[in-house]
Amino acid sequence: MNPRFSLLLFVMAGLVVAFAPLPVPAIAPQARTFQIDARQFAYSPSELKVNAGDTVTLQLVSNDVVHGLYLDGYDVSVEADPGQSATLTFVANKPGSFRFRCNLTCGAMHPFMIGKLTVGTNNWLFRSIGLAALAVLGVTVSIKQKA
Amino acid sequence: MAKVELTHIPFIKNALKSRYPQLAVFIMMLVGYIFAILAGLIGTPVGSHNFSIVFVWIAWWAILILVAVPFFGRGWCAVCPIPLPGEWLQRGAVLSPPDKSPKWLNLRVPKMFRNIWLQNISFLLLALFSSVLLTTPNITGIVLAAMLFAAIGLSAIFERRAFCRYLCPVGGFIGLYSQTAPIELRIKDKQVCVTCEGKPCYNGSSAGYGCPWDVFPGGLTKNTYCGLCMECIRTCPHDNIAVNLRPFSADLAKPSTRMDEAFKAFIMLGSAMIYAGVLLGPWGAFKDAAYNVGTSAWFIYAVIFLTIIFVILPGFFTLGILKTKSALPLKQRFASLATALIPLGLMFWVAFSLSFVLTNASYILAALSDPLGLGWNLFGTANAAWQPMLTAILAPAQTLALVGGLIWSARTAQKAANKEKVSSIQVIIYSLIVTSIMLWLLL
Repeated sequence: MNPRFSLLLFVMAGLVVAFAPLPVPAIAPQARTFQIDARQFAYSPSELKVNAGDTVTLQLVSNDVVHGLYLDGYDVSVEADPGQSATLTFVANKPGSFRFRCNLTCGAMHPFMIGKLTVGTNNWLFRSIGLAALAVLGVTVSIKQKA
Repeated sequence: MAKVELTHIPFIKNALKSRYPQLAVFIMMLVGYIFAILAGLIGTPVGSHNFSIVFVWIAWWAILILVAVPFFGRGWCAVCPIPLPGEWLQRGAVLSPPDKSPKWLNLRVPKMFRNIWLQNISFLLLALFSSVLLTTPNITGIVLAAMLFAAIGLSAIFERRAFCRYLCPVGGFIGLYSQTAPIELRIKDKQVCVTCEGKPCYNGSSAGYGCPWDVFPGGLTKNTYCGLCMECIRTCPHDNIAVNLRPFSADLAKPSTRMDEAFKAFIMLGSAMIYAGVLLGPWGAFKDAAYNVGTSAWFIYAVIFLTIIFVILPGFFTLGILKTKSALPLKQRFASLATALIPLGLMFWVAFSLSFVLTNASYILAALSDPLGLGWNLFGTANAAWQPMLTAILAPAQTLALVGGLIWSARTAQKAANKEKVSSIQVIIYSLIVTSIMLWLLL
């Protein structure tokens, strides 16, 4: 096969893997509440999973010093004083995986106080691994064509 | 793409030949470096508001790993202030013509240390303590000062830049990854060097100093050990040194067979993966273990860290290439095929750093106005709020970096395998597996 045509095929396949719409499972949205205990320098639980469309309430409880919770991608945050709790509610309308992190300086490892919220399926991870596999296949084909 | 000689352009050549532009940058860097030491030692203990943490581990690191190393190779080494005080003392001069008589002991570094194993060890030492180092200003200040004094001490004992060449924890990986950069310093005509009397580029002359990096430019075939100090451009009496623009990763077409360099590739690859999991992951227990130096949890962390780097990653790599049909010794195949991990490791670091830098870059504004955390507001930005930047494009950018690195690595594996007449498939599959793990850790 013409190497340029192969390259074009792989680029098109890559675009499909990266951007093709996937079927979304029809799950009725529900209200989800999580209590998140914050301490230097971890959240507990540190990994949350909800379905797309859920109304999520996070009750942040600070167990030692003042802590915050900022959710990447959603640009929402909440802060809790020591021994106090604070509540954040939002609709999880963006699917994917998002880090949440402390947004109030709470000590040395503050920049690395991180948790993870997954809304629906983390499709971008699977798409990325698919792209990696496709890239390897492409290079292997090109090696064989040159041989 | 053919090479383009940048030194053919008079402006560039004159700027590189003159010592003054470089000296001006050196002095700025040295002032910044000393200020970072002082800020670390006397400034606020809050890392995210201290100049030493914010400018060294966020600003400098971002420039180094996202720009300087990928595009300029050892460009940072060309302006790094760490060797300067020692070198000035060693030479007994800053700019004046060199005096041939050695100022201090001027010993040759013992042969057993003329490799990058010490750099591998020094990097790992810092890596094991990195959670404290990256977040605690006075520790950063002490380490920066220690590097400066180590460079001075080694300059007093050994000839040339022994610290940069054999001990600097940063120089080791910059050298490794500089092979991928689209810039190089090389001779123009080998025959000119063969017949050149006195080899002033290596031995020095009235025009300048012998190569501080202990490299004979006439024998340069890769960037790893050339610090781009430009001294040979000044000393070459035949105008036979050029700085060229070239295709990316040109040096990797000639795979190394050195085990110290092969293990450097594993150390960097493994460290990026471990940092992605420990520092950027959601697992608090790992962070506790990494931060609480001296506790039993930290010792377990250290053992796991070293096991991943020295046993698991190279072990699976060796198992992969064990079955490849080849008359070459396994050690040579191992070192040569590990070349494929160099672009992959670089892109792992790019992907890791994107996350770390974009979420913390907003601290730079506050630290600029109040570098010591003493309540100053020099530029009116001391109270700038923390705000992550470009989080929407972070995941696609990381995927692009990692998948791009995988393609780059696979093509490098193919070239190395062709040279050694073995199959590259095992190395490519290995790269795919570690890339998938890194994607899982970051996304």
